[in-house]
Amino acid sequence: MKRLSSKHEAFATLAQVWPSFAMKLITIDSLTVAYSGVVALKNVSFQIDAGEIVTIVGPNGSGKTSLLKAIIGAIVPQEGNVDVKSGLKIGYVPQRLNLDPTLPISVGRFMRLSDKSSKKECQRALEQAGVAEIMTKQMSELSGGQLQRVLLAKALLGSPEMLLLDEATQGLDQPGAAEFYKQIEKLREETGCAILMISHDLHVVMSASDRVICLNGHICCSGTPQAVAATPEYKELFGADTDGALALYRHNHDHKHDHNDKNPSNSTEATH
Amino acid sequence: MLDDFMVRAFLAGLGLALVSAPLGCFVVWRRMAYFGDATAHAAMLGVALSLAIEADVFFGALIFAIIMAWLTTQLSGRNYAMDTLLGVFSHSFLAVGLVIVSFISGVRIDLMAYLFGDILAVSKSDLGVIWVGTLVVLGLIIWRWTPLFLTTLNEELSYASGFNPKREQLFLTVALGITVAVSIKVVGVLLITAMLIIPAASARNIARDPEMMVLVAGVVSCISVILGLRSSYVFDTPPGPTIVCVALAIFIVLNLINTLRRLKL
Repeated sequence: MKRLSSKHEAFATLAQVWPSFAMKLITIDSLTVAYSGVVALKNVSFQIDAGEIVTIVGPNGSGKTSLLKAIIGAIVPQEGNVDVKSGLKIGYVPQRLNLDPTLPISVGRFMRLSDKSSKKECQRALEQAGVAEIMTKQMSELSGGQLQRVLLAKALLGSPEMLLLDEATQGLDQPGAAEFYKQIEKLREETGCAILMISHDLHVVMSASDRVICLNGHICCSGTPQAVAATPEYKELFGADTDGALALYRHNHDHKHDHNDKNPSNSTEATH
Repeated sequence: MLDDFMVRAFLAGLGLALVSAPLGCFVVWRRMAYFGDATAHAAMLGVALSLAIEADVFFGALIFAIIMAWLTTQLSGRNYAMDTLLGVFSHSFLAVGLVIVSFISGVRIDLMAYLFGDILAVSKSDLGVIWVGTLVVLGLIIWRWTPLFLTTLNEELSYASGFNPKREQLFLTVALGITVAVSIKVVGVLLITAMLIIPAASARNIARDPEMMVLVAGVVSCISVILGLRSSYVFDTPPGPTIVCVALAIFIVLNLINTLRRLKL
């Protein structure tokens, strides 16, 4: 595939016109995950194409983390399957580290923990993540934003085709989160890497995403940020009085749908 | 050379020092201090049962240490919090063990030897068991270093890097079981955790990276054993507790130095 313009708009448009251009990186097909009988995810299906930014939003307990775990293979689904393109390089950005203050480790050492990357590659990854000057600092001395970027830099080692971010902005303040998402967007432009993030800071995420999937045990709705924001399901989940991308996040755990159809995941497809 | 009980004591102590340093670092990093304690207490039941059926104390302790570690990881999060479960099992295993020992007739058993160790009574075969255990644990940790370390930092990250955190947890559990079993003769069930944690905590003051911390912890352990044994000989004090006291002294000194260094900056 020829490298198209780095502008994702152009890419997205082309991908729509010629679907064969859009390489499927991950195909999730009727995925059901349950923990000792309690269903966390039911009949979830979606795909991620090369170069796409997909955001999964949903309240706590909506199965976001289960979905991510199923993708990296940390849990075995009860039904359905997760089909990952063979040889796909995934960079995983965890939510946080269990970094006990008694654990001494420098940023440079952390970067090279499981990768055999050179110092130069680590330096480059740190630059890409927006933290160039902290190679020799101790991990325990970093601020929340710096730590998040180091985790991102580690995931960038080995030039992944896809980044998985688990609530990457938790613990960052609003401007910090916005900065972080700008970095992610820039990264996609520079590297063409697909990005799947799980988040609940809705209004910052949505502007950067090509596609938003609203999750609450099943897929409530999905589509472009604007289309999703217009759906009643989304308004029910995230507050009705807000318009689109500026929705404020609310923890509505017990929202109700009036769908009685057998396939709740496709109840509303606000497709693009 | 091995016919001298002092030489055997030094060798046993050094074996313990080498095994407790890397494992102690993981115990500290993973906040498993209480877990180590509970495993050690549970080992007492293994000791008692081994004495009752005249089996080898090392294996009895090893089996119960591993059962304890396995039980708590399996049961935690169901109905009780981890520390509640550990409290229930560890102290009841210890109590049941002590009661069983009291029923054993015939040979008079010196309980103190198991509670606080009896390093001066280490036999040649004990020495063999201690060093085999030490080498097994060291080998295990060197072999699994990166995945163990990654799992400590974040389980999903470890998964995403192609490791299985559950399996790594199992390795650590087995290593802890072996360490406890090996340490009983040297410092006894009540002081094992001290030898795991104090050297590692001391090393934190100096180390800038994880491997360095393990090395420094090893050095602190070895110095504690050598000085501790020597002092216990000179002052006629019980060796196990004396070794722990030396480790504590090193901990205090290193912390003071570290504090002074920071104040100057």
